[in-house]
Amino acid sequence: MSRKTLLEARGVSKRFGGLTAVNTLDYTLMEGMIASIIGPNGAGKTTFFNVVTGYYTPTTGTVFFDGKPISGLKPHQLTRVGIGRTFQTIRLFNNLSALENVLVGMHHHLQSNWWNDILKPAKTRREELGAEYQARSLLEYVGLAGSEHEMAKSLPYGYQRRLEIARALATNPKLLLLDEPTAGMNPNETGEMTAFIKGLRDALGLTILLIEHDMQVVMTISDKVTVLDYGQKISEGLPYEIQNDDRVIEAYLGKRALEVLRKNDRK
Amino acid sequence: MTSQISSAKSLLASAGAGWNGFMTAVGDGWNKIPRWAQILLVIVVIVVVPPISTSLERATNFGLLGQLNRALIYVALALGLNIVVGFTGLLDLGYAAFFAIGAYAFGIMTWPTHGLMFSFFVAIWICALVAAFFGMLVGAPTLRLRGDYLAIVTLAFGEIIPTLVRNFKEITIQIGGWTLIKDFNLTNGPLGINPLGKPDFGMVEEVFSLPSGTLAPGVNPNFWYFMAVALVLLVLFVSKRLEFSRLGRAWRAIREDETAAGFMGINVVRVKLLSFAIGASFSGLAGAVFASNLGSITPDAFRFQVSIFLLIIVILSGAGSVWGVLIGGVFITIFDGVFLAQILPAIFPNSDVQNLRWVFFGVGLIVIMLLRPQGLFAPAQRTRQKPAVSAKG
Amino acid sequence: MSQELEILLSVVRTGLSYGTVLALIALGYTMVYGIVEMINFAHGDLFTFGFFISLMIWNVLSPPTPLPPEWVILILPIVLILTALLTGGLNVAIERVAYRPLRKSSKLAPLITAVGMSFALQSLFAYIWGGTTVNYPRFIPTTNLIAGLISETNLVKFTPRDILLLVVTIPLMIGLMYFVGRTRMGKAMRASAQDREAAGMVGINVNRIIAITFFIGGALAGVAGTIYGLYFGQGRFIMGFEFGLFAFTSAVLGGVGNIGGAVLGAYIIGMVQASSDFYVGGEWSRVIIFSLLILMLVFRPSGLLGSTQSVEKV
Repeated sequence: MSRKTLLEARGVSKRFGGLTAVNTLDYTLMEGMIASIIGPNGAGKTTFFNVVTGYYTPTTGTVFFDGKPISGLKPHQLTRVGIGRTFQTIRLFNNLSALENVLVGMHHHLQSNWWNDILKPAKTRREELGAEYQARSLLEYVGLAGSEHEMAKSLPYGYQRRLEIARALATNPKLLLLDEPTAGMNPNETGEMTAFIKGLRDALGLTILLIEHDMQVVMTISDKVTVLDYGQKISEGLPYEIQNDDRVIEAYLGKRALEVLRKNDRK
Repeated sequence: MTSQISSAKSLLASAGAGWNGFMTAVGDGWNKIPRWAQILLVIVVIVVVPPISTSLERATNFGLLGQLNRALIYVALALGLNIVVGFTGLLDLGYAAFFAIGAYAFGIMTWPTHGLMFSFFVAIWICALVAAFFGMLVGAPTLRLRGDYLAIVTLAFGEIIPTLVRNFKEITIQIGGWTLIKDFNLTNGPLGINPLGKPDFGMVEEVFSLPSGTLAPGVNPNFWYFMAVALVLLVLFVSKRLEFSRLGRAWRAIREDETAAGFMGINVVRVKLLSFAIGASFSGLAGAVFASNLGSITPDAFRFQVSIFLLIIVILSGAGSVWGVLIGGVFITIFDGVFLAQILPAIFPNSDVQNLRWVFFGVGLIVIMLLRPQGLFAPAQRTRQKPAVSAKG
Repeated sequence: MSQELEILLSVVRTGLSYGTVLALIALGYTMVYGIVEMINFAHGDLFTFGFFISLMIWNVLSPPTPLPPEWVILILPIVLILTALLTGGLNVAIERVAYRPLRKSSKLAPLITAVGMSFALQSLFAYIWGGTTVNYPRFIPTTNLIAGLISETNLVKFTPRDILLLVVTIPLMIGLMYFVGRTRMGKAMRASAQDREAAGMVGINVNRIIAITFFIGGALAGVAGTIYGLYFGQGRFIMGFEFGLFAFTSAVLGGVGNIGGAVLGAYIIGMVQASSDFYVGGEWSRVIIFSLLILMLVFRPSGLLGSTQSVEKV
């Protein structure tokens, strides 16, 4: 089955003064995949996300989305092109309701201009009604039906994570970047989230790129796992391939642990 | 000592809760009245004010209608500032500059010395546009700056613009050996400009065969009251329409988290500039009405104190709350104009109580920020917002 | 010496004296910003406070005018120190009451409070000491010590006031640089400026450091106010507003958080102010300097010598 390449990074580096956060990274993501990027803290994963979503311009290299180069475009332009994301620390619009958070996600494909907003002609009213309907459906989809008018900041943590995803979905993405979606969740919630993420791909046809620390999640749903350390790719492949890769174990647990592990294996 | 502090704190907390309850009750009561009754009530209130204040005037001599007119102008200005500070979260410390631009644009267009003599009804819209343009001019340098630096830049503009107005008495532009403009008096400097244009109802007079000049408003406070009410209603309408619209949501998203807003597809640059522009356009209108009402303007009406006073209205009332700013604006301006400016000096005739007015407001800002940052007149933090579509579909 | 040169030197002299006063104020802005990342709007008003408080202290002491040498050597330092203590103390109190409770709140809350504080202080000064220009007694004579040495005209001056300026401020600035650069406390201050949380974690009492920073900044502003009175002879309740903004511009010019930068920026702005006052006149100094501020923030927010803080939204 031939899938097209949705996201491609060629030789992408990001330097901040003396610090190289991402070092000549090549990365490819096919449409319809669920891929994970893992690695110790500070490995450059979120920086890579920030490059892909336009927050940083790569120091070297180019990023392609759907065949077209996107490096240098601003975040809001990339959202319009079809890249959506959530954040490592939740960045909801705290004093807006859950419904409004999702509606903001729909901003760029709503058509009304500022004078339409003031005069509210029939087409704008229709558009707003339609948008609200869509937003409610999204909230229902992530399990937040009934919380539409709660202030985002007063929602419980798990709901907030879901709301962030609903908001990202509202931007109508082709590619969804999820930054540590199960952070702070108990095993139950993590299981639900994992199934949910899989559903996003299976039911909605989204391509998903995850940053995750929870290996259970990574191994369960990833079609491909990439391991970064010090900004460089040290391993890539199917989940079980990564699990047994010496370099990965060393990066996470250290040389000593690797030695002990291998010594035990040989026994 | 600590026990006294904690009992003071709990007293304040219960006072705050009580006030919240009161405001919510009023809000709920208002929402329960059917639409037609609401409109009727508003019309009645608007219409009875002039006669009531005239009779109160005989008793007190405070110039109440004039005070109310002033309050309404400030409310219109505050609602404009509310868009920038309250909706979008951008601290503008030099807002009076747009007021000045609106007023002086009107002045330049209707001052006999310049001979342009625009009609009032045409000029006010041009003033709104000019102010909007300057709003974008001031906003543009601030786009990438953090909140506090943004505030300083707006403050700097807020100082530069009135200074320019005070000094554009003899503008001479020379390039090389050519003198393009010599000694052009744009704003008449510190003396200000007068007389200024008034609304001309000549056509109406003709239609009703009235002698020319019967409908000339002059400085008639009743006329200008209704004009100010019309201004506030317009500005209120635009604010409410925008608040929950696509643009309003974008503004509020930027206020909450500008970076995240960008990631959600909002073109932050464009939306911020719109915020400055639309906010300033309110001042353009208000400035024009203000100038025409007084018939004369001087640079003194637009000093830094005015910027701070407007900020105080917005913050004290509840930044972001349109109704709050409306109620708070009227209340605070009248409190200042009647109680602080007239009653207090009467009670303490010797001291320079005028300056204490500003101390009061400065301290008020601090106290509100410390104790009740959400403001006094905003409806209690709403967890339920009126949906565009009711639950019944 | 040609007349143009003499005029230039005279302007330079004014510029340097402005610059010195501005430097003392700018140091306070930049040090406070470095640590708490807020613009203390009310800082300029501490300068005004120093001016008026020193005036009141002099009134209590009833010194003869001009000051006889014993007074200059004994009493003047006491007045300076007392003013510095009072102004520094006021700044610490302001921080404790109005800013510290809001440190965790939104970015705008402390700023709004600071604006309110500045406004309240200014108006308080106007209420207590009036809205018009207040004269400072001519304690230090203005005799031109180099009269006749350079030229016949009296354009280029060097007066006892200039000596006072140098004698008071140069040791102060050197002392401050030494304090911040070489002492343990200074190191704690620099650490807190770089990373407040980390500094707390290694055992630095950050609240105390912040209080000390506010104290030093306030004290410097108080000294600046006194010096200003002694040198320029008059002041108004609103002088802090304008000088404060000019000093802030200096801090931005040099690089916010950068102590050397604040001093450099101050002298540059002082020169700009003096030149513009003389060659252009009127209110144009404000327009020029404020425009400079806007241009700096738009095109080079990190300043000339580099800032320790980010001015742009990250």
